Amino acid sequence: MAETATTDLTDLPLAALHAELGAKFVPFAGWNMPVQYASGVMAEHLWTRAHAGLFDVTHMAQVRLPKGALDALEGLVPADLMGLPEGRQRYSLFTNAAGGVLDDLMIAHRAGDLFLVVNASRRAHDLAHLRAHLSDVEEVTDRALLALQGPEAEAALAALVPAVTAMKFMDVAVLGWQGAELWISRSGYTGEDGFEISVPVAMAEGFARALLADERVAPIGLGARDSLRLEAGLPLYGQDMDEDISPVEAGQAWSIGKARRAGGARAGGFPGADVILDQLAHGAPRRRVGLRPEGRAPMRGDVMLYATPEGGAPIGRITSGGFGPSLGAPMALGLIDAATPADAVLYGDLRGKRLPARQVPLPFVPPGYKR
Amino acid sequence: MKYTEDHEWLSLDGDIVTVGITEYAATQLGDVVFVELPEIETQVAKGDEIVVIESVKAASDIVAPVDGEIVEINETLAENPALVNEDPTGEAWFFKIKIEDPSVLDDFMDEDEYKDHIGE
Repeated sequence: MAETATTDLTDLPLAALHAELGAKFVPFAGWNMPVQYASGVMAEHLWTRAHAGLFDVTHMAQVRLPKGALDALEGLVPADLMGLPEGRQRYSLFTNAAGGVLDDLMIAHRAGDLFLVVNASRRAHDLAHLRAHLSDVEEVTDRALLALQGPEAEAALAALVPAVTAMKFMDVAVLGWQGAELWISRSGYTGEDGFEISVPVAMAEGFARALLADERVAPIGLGARDSLRLEAGLPLYGQDMDEDISPVEAGQAWSIGKARRAGGARAGGFPGADVILDQLAHGAPRRRVGLRPEGRAPMRGDVMLYATPEGGAPIGRITSGGFGPSLGAPMALGLIDAATPADAVLYGDLRGKRLPARQVPLPFVPPGYKR
Repeated sequence: MKYTEDHEWLSLDGDIVTVGITEYAATQLGDVVFVELPEIETQVAKGDEIVVIESVKAASDIVAPVDGEIVEINETLAENPALVNEDPTGEAWFFKIKIEDPSVLDDFMDEDEYKDHIGE
């Protein structure tokens, strides 16, 4: 069994609070991250779906760009950024020339700047990528990032910051709490309603403790964050998306703005646009699929998928999978040959045995976003 | 009760060894969601991976701690894998293995040695 390695890892600013709350830590993308607390992944997952979970996602990089960079940033992503109103946030992807994905990110259009949140594992890459194409790229290092997720997140946060009740899904706002400026978005990565809150490091512990004092709020680790996002059918960069998987293949074509598509006002104009727009028009070689393995055995990442119970070459693989606590069953995301019939039973090779898995629509669990 | 470095507990009754995982191991694994047990009457060798345990977090194996024959398995675990977290050293035993020579258990740690091993 793996021991927790702590060498060469960066501690979160709230590491002491997590330890006090009974966190177990694991290394993740160079950070020493709380993977779970005393109640465990299953209970934390179910708590978030029923109440409100507080996640420390300070490992993700926060980046500011000048407001005027919207145009240039649009040259790096397939989202319609020129059509992104002030006060709104959009999910997008950095693409490469081959039509693959360099990272996924959130882009907020604020009154005085653009605010980006990118994956921890891609921090250095994304900063270099942005600086190669844009000027005045500023990494924000004096703020923690917390996510409050779940059906009671609004009520719990509103007890401290009443104005959040006026925010809708993907709205962003700067709101005050005890003299601190909170950068809030109504978003997250759990499939639940909720908020991501950037708070100055000096105020972060007080703010986290104020939230945790609410009986509706419990601290939730990285383990449940992964099972929550998977149940919500949300892809994880590095597993379900990477430089060799296109947004169309990854099931993220919805994030390509109408203005950026063929016939749109600003069609193309992002890296790999020729490949990606061609896939939109004529289909991609592979497609993402939701899978429900029969029985209770989870099929995890890199399980090979076949069209038949024996023989034949693989038609794809599982990119991430596990057990869904709300679903009460195993679930997985796969990347398969696009020609595979939508009603075909697939077979995952689990320890040398091929076990059946049904293709199902995503998400596995209905979302609770407040639009 | 004897203990292995792989965090299994072994309980000897005549020439039958009952095998499970320790409280420490169950806590490390987290919520167990799936257990795959060996077939009865299988001959196993020490070190063979004969049980698969899947928790919400990851998959792990349990190895045969000694040579012998699987004579009984705990079918309850297939229906209720969470029992591994609830009662790891009691009701959640995994399998019973018939051994030739009970003295092979002498090589394993006793409770005090195991506690040292996990740093308690």
